[in-house]
This record gives sequence, structure tokens and C-alpha cells, in this order.
Amino acid sequence: MRSVRTGPLIPILGLTAGVAAGIWFDPSVPTALQPYLPIAVVAALDAVFGGVRARLDGIFDAKVFVVSFISNVVVAGLIVFLGDQLGVGAQLSTAVIVVLGIRIFGNVAAIRRHLFRA
Amino acid sequence: MTTRPPEEGVTEQAPTRQRPWSAGLLIGLLCALLGFAFAVQLRTVDSDEGLTSAREEDLARILADLQSRQDRLRSEISEQQALLEQLGSGEDSAAAAIEEARRQAEALAILNGTIAAAGPGVTITIRDPDSTVTSTILLDAVQELRGAGAETMQVNGVRIGMSSALVGDPGEIRIDDVAVEGPYVIVAIGDSQTLATAMQIPGGVEDRVIQVGGNINVVPADRVTVDALRPLEVPEYAEPAPDPDD
Repeated sequence: MRSVRTGPLIPILGLTAGVAAGIWFDPSVPTALQPYLPIAVVAALDAVFGGVRARLDGIFDAKVFVVSFISNVVVAGLIVFLGDQLGVGAQLSTAVIVVLGIRIFGNVAAIRRHLFRA
Repeated sequence: MTTRPPEEGVTEQAPTRQRPWSAGLLIGLLCALLGFAFAVQLRTVDSDEGLTSAREEDLARILADLQSRQDRLRSEISEQQALLEQLGSGEDSAAAAIEEARRQAEALAILNGTIAAAGPGVTITIRDPDSTVTSTILLDAVQELRGAGAETMQVNGVRIGMSSALVGDPGEIRIDDVAVEGPYVIVAIGDSQTLATAMQIPGGVEDRVIQVGGNINVVPADRVTVDALRPLEVPEYAEPAPDPDD
């Protein structure tokens, strides 16, 4: 059973284009969004690493990737927003970063096993 | 293959076939979004712009970090300066040291009020027709002048020094046990414009003198003379401690 083949080209191209656009336009982040952007980036990174791992496992599904990407970002942002309202924003964003960091590590370890068989 | 709990981006069931193009497009778009946000965030962190929106507790932490760093750098500076002094203490520095000591002695004498001094400054005349100007107002005037950088001053011929005291009821004010009567004439040496401005702060000396019914006249001048002297206070208990660097 083969998953939908979306070659690595498209995500890498997208990533490159995004970085280039970010550097080129150099927009200033709205003040209200500034605490959430780093969290959103880390949450999205988690989804991307999960996607890479799934692809190497041969069970990548574009729908799951898209949904997990968006929900990851939204949920992480919501948690931090809630924390800000409760006055524990800094602690909660640390918690979110720690959890996502652990997941990224796990995914990277799986990817590493795939690539280097070690 | 071992079983794992399902994770984001991982599906255990057989993937459903989709139109590859739209899926690829969506994935590319999301990746572009991530790259964009990533680059923007990097830029934001790079500039200090991030500080304007940082949380209060984060700012406190940043401030504490900066302060401890400042302390470290300060102590480093003083270490380096001590080293520099050590290295520079050749024979030709002896004359410079004597000159420096003489200069310091003069500066201290002016501060202590043991020698007369002249220079730019202000002459402030506070008239007190109803004996309503309190010692507090006079003290405020002295403090305000000091705060504005007055190097030395006298009030009605009494030199103000480190331990000067202004006490007494309105009309019977005594400075260092010398009775002074209105009009009070304060002569202070310092940047004349700054000193004059210091008297005019809203709610400051000028306002309060007028409020109690007196009047005040501030005259900046290029040269005023503070010639009242104070006896040198020789410390009874304290004596110079040995320099810890020796």
C-alpha cells in the first residue's frame, strides 16, 4: 500500500519560498501576536517532523498532516492565550515548548533510525 | 514493525487516496507558512522589538540578566583599571600623583567649606515679610541646589557643608547654631542655568515661597563668590583605614 506521493520537493520548495518571503518582506509582527508566533512555529515544526517520520514509515497521509499542522498551531496558541489570561502565560508557554520539544526529539530519533539504521 | 501510539502526521489506517495536486499544494503552502513565520520570528528576536511586547515577568528576568551582566562587566572594568594604574605607576607618575592629591585636597576643601570659592552660579534672595518661610523650605532650596549640581553654597554668610543643619521655627531659623533672618540670600556655585531652573520646578522652592506669602528672586551670574568658611571637622573616632589593595 503506497501513500500519496508528494515528493519532498514540494515541502522543501515551500519552506524555502516562505523563508525567502519572510526575509524579503521583513514584516513586523503585530504586538498582540508576538507572544504566540514562536509557539506557533514550534508547534508547526512538531507537525512537520511528525510528517517526515510518517513518510519514512510509509504511512504519510496528506489529510492527517494538514489537520495536525493546523490543530497543533491553533491548540498551542490557545493554551498560551489561556495562560496569558490566567496570568501564567510564561509558565504555560514553557510547558508547551517542553512538550513539543520532547515530541520533536522523539520524531527526530525515529527519523534518524530510518536514515542511519542506528 | 513495532506498534506505536498514533501521532500527529501518522495514520495507522490505510491512507485514502486524494487528488495529489491539491494535497501537495496545501502541504507546500503550510510549509511556506512555517518558513515565513520562522524567518519573521528570527528577525523579531534579532531586533530588540521583541521587548516591547514581552511579558512582565520575562522583562523582569531580562532585566535581572542584564544587571548581573552589568555587575560582572563593572567589576571587570575596575580590575582592569587597577591593573592599568599598577602598570602606569612609574617614576613620572609621582609628580602626577602629587598634583592629583593637591587637586583633590582643593576639591575637598571647597566641598567642606574650608576655603573660599568663586565661579558661575546663582544668587537667590528669599524675602520673608511675614516670617512664614519655614526651615523646611530653606532646606529644600539647599537640597534642590545640591541636586542640581551646586558644588558649594552659603546662606546669609553661613557656609553649607556636609553636616549643615537648618532648624527652627519660621522667623527664628538657625543654620549650624547661627541665627539667620530674612531676607535669606543663598549664593551657590554651579551651572547657573541649571541651578536657576531647579528653583522653578512646579511645586518646588519658588512655588512654595510664593505660596506662604514670601517672594523669591533668582539671579544667575557668571561669577559669584562663596567666601564664608566652615571650621574643618576633624573626625574624632574615624581614622583612615589601610588601603585593601596594598
